[in-house]
Amino acid sequence: MPTSTEGTTHGRGEADLDQRIDLYRMMVEARVFEELAYRMFVAGLVKGTSHLAIGQEAIAAAFAAAMRPDDLTFCTYRGHNHTLLRGAPPSRLMAELFGRGSGICGGKGGSMHLTDASAGAMGSYAIVGAHMPIAVGAAWAAMERGTGQTAVCFFGDGATNIGAFHEALNMAAVWSVPAVFVCENNQYMEYTPIRSVTAVENPAADRAQAYGLDSVLVDGNDADEMFHTARSAIDKARAGGGPSLIEASTYRHGGHSRADPGTYRPDDEVADWKARDPIPAYRERLLAAGVEAQRLAEIEAAVDRTMHEAVEEAKAAPLPPTSAIGTNLWADGGSAWRN
Amino acid sequence: MAELITYREAVARALAQEMERDETVYFIGEDVAAAGGVFKTTTGLLERFGPRRVRDTPISEEAIIGAAMGAAMNGLRPVAEIMFSDFLATCWDMIANQVAKTRYMTDGQVELPLVIRTANGAGVRFGAQHSQSVENWAMSVPGLKVVAPSTPRDVIELMAASIRDPDPVVFFEHKALFPTKGPVPDGELVGELGKAAIVRSGADLTIVALAAMVPRAVAAAEDLARRGVEATVVDLRCLVPLDTRTLLAACSQTGRVFTVEENPRLCGWGAEVASIVMEEAFFDLDQPVIRITTDHIPLPSADCLEDATIPSVSRIVEVVEKTLD
Repeated sequence: MPTSTEGTTHGRGEADLDQRIDLYRMMVEARVFEELAYRMFVAGLVKGTSHLAIGQEAIAAAFAAAMRPDDLTFCTYRGHNHTLLRGAPPSRLMAELFGRGSGICGGKGGSMHLTDASAGAMGSYAIVGAHMPIAVGAAWAAMERGTGQTAVCFFGDGATNIGAFHEALNMAAVWSVPAVFVCENNQYMEYTPIRSVTAVENPAADRAQAYGLDSVLVDGNDADEMFHTARSAIDKARAGGGPSLIEASTYRHGGHSRADPGTYRPDDEVADWKARDPIPAYRERLLAAGVEAQRLAEIEAAVDRTMHEAVEEAKAAPLPPTSAIGTNLWADGGSAWRN
Repeated sequence: MAELITYREAVARALAQEMERDETVYFIGEDVAAAGGVFKTTTGLLERFGPRRVRDTPISEEAIIGAAMGAAMNGLRPVAEIMFSDFLATCWDMIANQVAKTRYMTDGQVELPLVIRTANGAGVRFGAQHSQSVENWAMSVPGLKVVAPSTPRDVIELMAASIRDPDPVVFFEHKALFPTKGPVPDGELVGELGKAAIVRSGADLTIVALAAMVPRAVAAAEDLARRGVEATVVDLRCLVPLDTRTLLAACSQTGRVFTVEENPRLCGWGAEVASIVMEEAFFDLDQPVIRITTDHIPLPSADCLEDATIPSVSRIVEVVEKTLD
């Protein structure tokens, strides 16, 4: 089971070896989950669409590791990894992708709308940028109620050109809310290179100054750097230092969605980025740091087992009853619009 | 004891009543705090509840609604003002895609107790982008409750009910009604969403109205009474939930039904009312349901043109009388 690691008190916000091994495990969990989700899509079990973040796991793992259990995550339709690594049960997450009744949203959300409020995963949002103001509000409530929570909001490079991005960052800065905004710049807004449609080179970092924020540009494929960055921003927010805007460079190994083979990307670019896959690189780094290969192999085997079991559980899960159609629109559990 | 207060004063009184009662009620919007609202509906709230709970925002409607939604997800009961209901179009993604759908899409995991207040309707000569009646926009989206009061007392009672409601409510205040007065009893007032009011009873026909069309319907009914025709006037007060029991009972008793709608013709709330009455009270009807609406146009600014397109007392009387011939 994925778990969020309670942060250490390391002064420089760096992970100790156990935490780094945990980071590795979380990245592998996200990778295996999504590879299986892809296979299940091809097999016809995952319905609708799905947007994979294979290649982007270091960001999700680092933040999930740096967050407190009561912190709140807001992510995008490319959000399997964030939802899983905050602690959503993999079997119920897969069941949601399958449209089963035991899915984390009872089959009403699907791949693009994943929420596990009990894990602090407050939704993956399928309208680009929409969740950014919502994260501001959650952080504002945390500030007013004195809960000490932070809200972490992940978004793609494409979101930096939509109005909600600007409105949210401005309000977050003016109100000094405890929020961390993380641009997962995977270089493409859907099918189009982000640089070809954006007035600045770094779509988020180059705009930070407009909101009175520091420009933070990090290697999103380096789990250590991401953890350090995440911990610093979260600590700052929790201490009352206001919001941060982080741009993490990364790459999705596949296309935008299931429908997209991603052929618009030059072969050498894809090859370069695949060579910078965050998971094998981190494995090498852990081995160099003295972690035994056997230990990593055991982690990999355990994750593989867990995720395959999750798939089997999801396959065996019942379909949602048609009576669910009319439930949970309103707080009274129903959907009546008239008496 | 009851005192006469304006619809405008009722807004601030309702907000103050609820903010006093519940410290998780926060109020945000453009020019709502220091300026007391562009319609002066929120005067005094900043002084009474302080700048944290009564907060000015930038002109960022998406951020206003998004912030209210996020805050509602995390323990507050926010009230967010959108200055003119026309501006709902600038944050319709937040309302229609996010606020309205989140409870359902999460299968009930996320509760969103929030109120979106907005000044709706015509009569103040602001032209096509500041005068619309857009309650049917909200009515058409599953997951939103829709309230549109016509009296100061209803403003307080329904605002209190909306703030206490665990679901999102879009609360349409009518800007032409702000200066109108009505009796309001002392003490805490709380109403119930989804209850229409029988404003006037008469055996011959039923006029169904909402917000600023209610006093016009009543005036028309009084005019008709002088001509020997007695009308029931139903103030729907809420479009969602819709009090179809009260509606259908009145329609069945009188057999003649008219709607008076400020919205442009197509897909106004009266179309839904007519559909329900046809399906469920058809054999009690003496004639087809007649809709009296604004023309299907953007509203013109000139006073004589605006007056000529929105249903007037004389037009209501005229339409009713013609069908009775």
